[in-house]
Amino acid sequence: MKKALLAIILCLSVILSSCAQDASEDLAETTSSARVSDELDSSLTDVMTLDKSALSDYDYTRLKDENITLNVCNWGEYMAVEQEDYMDVNEEFEKLTGIKVNYKTFASNEELYSKIKSGGANYDVIIPSDYMISRMIEEDMLEEIDFDNIPNFEWISDDLVNPDYDPENLYSVPYTMGIVAIVYNTTMVDDEITGYKDLWNSRYSGQILMFNNPRDAFGIALTYLGYSQNTEDKDELDEAAQLLKEQKKYVQAYVMDEIFDKMEGGSAAIAPYYAGDIQTMIDDNPDLDYCIPEEGTNRFVDAFCIPKGAENKEAAEMYINFMNEVQIAYTNTDYICYTTVHDGVAALLDEETLNNELRCPDETYLSEKTEVFVNLSSDTNAYVQELWNQIKIEKSKSVWLVPTLLILAIAFTIFINVRRARKKKQDIF
Amino acid sequence: MKSKLIALPYIIWMCVFTIIPLGLVVFFALTTENNEFTLSNLTAMNDYMDVLFRSVGFAVIATIICLVVGFPVALFISRMPKIKQSTMLMIVLLPMWINFLLRTYAWMTILEENGLINRFLGLFGIGPLNLMNNSGAVILGMVYNYLPFMILPIYSVMTKINESVVEAAQDLGCSSVNVLRKITIPLSMPGITTGIISVFVPSVSTFIISRMLGGGTNDLIGDIIESQFLGNSYNPHLGSAMALVLIVLVLLIMSIFNQTSGEEAIV
Repeated sequence: MKKALLAIILCLSVILSSCAQDASEDLAETTSSARVSDELDSSLTDVMTLDKSALSDYDYTRLKDENITLNVCNWGEYMAVEQEDYMDVNEEFEKLTGIKVNYKTFASNEELYSKIKSGGANYDVIIPSDYMISRMIEEDMLEEIDFDNIPNFEWISDDLVNPDYDPENLYSVPYTMGIVAIVYNTTMVDDEITGYKDLWNSRYSGQILMFNNPRDAFGIALTYLGYSQNTEDKDELDEAAQLLKEQKKYVQAYVMDEIFDKMEGGSAAIAPYYAGDIQTMIDDNPDLDYCIPEEGTNRFVDAFCIPKGAENKEAAEMYINFMNEVQIAYTNTDYICYTTVHDGVAALLDEETLNNELRCPDETYLSEKTEVFVNLSSDTNAYVQELWNQIKIEKSKSVWLVPTLLILAIAFTIFINVRRARKKKQDIF
Repeated sequence: MKSKLIALPYIIWMCVFTIIPLGLVVFFALTTENNEFTLSNLTAMNDYMDVLFRSVGFAVIATIICLVVGFPVALFISRMPKIKQSTMLMIVLLPMWINFLLRTYAWMTILEENGLINRFLGLFGIGPLNLMNNSGAVILGMVYNYLPFMILPIYSVMTKINESVVEAAQDLGCSSVNVLRKITIPLSMPGITTGIISVFVPSVSTFIISRMLGGGTNDLIGDIIESQFLGNSYNPHLGSAMALVLIVLVLLIMSIFNQTSGEEAIV
């Protein structure tokens, strides 16, 4: 009976939580459509129907009769595709060019990397992040892009051309960017939150959440110490590891996507996370507020790339160009809430978005206080991993423990079998 | 001959999707990125031995709890009238109709600092208690998710125990404790063995339960392996070595277990 009760409670809680989610989605939808209707003066901000006359002067129909299927792989929920209140940008591309788009998603840079590295997937367009792009360039996994086919590249903000991860800008066209910021619950936090130092405040012991991946966690500790996030200096990394160890006793949990529930539900007081996701949390729970860390922070850029061996390179470049049409880029930006890298879109944003530092961080802050991850050497990567393991799992007490146990187990097996054999003999006699 | 032919599709399936992948795991575990032979992946496992032991420990505890809770339930259900049995079985199976992830997710809502239990206790001025992000929560998640795998095999063996055997023992003056000890438990041993294996194996390799309920401070070997393939510490060779060690360890535990239970049957 208790079991049944438990099951019912579980069912109810599942239903309740899904209701809550629906309600918040409705709310988000109404606010976004209200924002759009405020400024219908320009057809470029219409996210529902594509205005073909506003497209740039580009021959989109030249590959119409070649029966091409373009394989695109993007982060999940990272493009206006199959959304009720937005045009489907891939469908518009298909209608315009006659090229079929086969759209797939991935959940982490490493997942994308392993898909391509293992040769199991054949993509024409991928959208990895900064450090992964530099790794793929190093390992000769990307095709050089023919920028003559992407005239819309001129829209890309000057700050993002020739980035550290692609110094000559041969392989990538930026799609969006964002920063790591701090989200906190105003009902649980009394002090003014100013930066990463508050993540080490013993007052919030047991209420702090932290990134559950070494790169972001070390990025925060290194920035707090005033070092570069891309440092290869072992002493600096050791210092950062020491700092993270100190923090562990205050940390409630190391999380990634679980952060949404914990922050929105008020289980934790303060946490660092990606700006666009913080915006989503604040939309769902008005008690939450954000802080742009005064110490500086990580800036991440996701960019279009063409992997080596792509079959439809020209169509891929056409696709990238289409995604940088002002209206299309505006639609995507409006949907995914990250910072735009497109000057044409930036000029169209309304007052509210411009004043929101999560979506439009201050430009001097961006250029002076933020840093983009680049790929670390494999030695440093392994060292960071080792330090991270030491932080999260205590080191083995003894190297001999395992072999000893193994020998004991084998001895035990032999013992049992010998005993059994003897017994059988006794039974026979 | 005919039965071999019928089994052919599965044999092909098994070769392609079980044996070859297992071979690949061994290959990856013993090679470097440049396909050179190495044992360094296996020796690197030393750093993760504590996690491995924690995983095995948690799985053993979860299995014991499942057995202690599940055995009486199976006995209880198998002694009921037939119609009630199917209702009870349905109740045991009911949570399985909901997706595994959702069930674990629901536990998050229940155990959290602002969760159902703490809010309820708050009405009486108790708490909030720290129920989440500890080893207890992870074990609870395992027990909750895998309990039906313990109850079902024991139940199905118990229903097949001939009632007259039990009656005969009772006629000869056996106390109910002794009936349980000498008749029911030995006869339901195959079910118990299956139950233990089907709880222990998924528990020892789980990663999502520990991630959701353990708060990232109770990582199990499954979490570490997952992070080697899809996470930031991308290194399939080390991941394969870990998987290999886990397979061998599980096989070893299983064989020891099978031998001891075999011995009981002889006695």
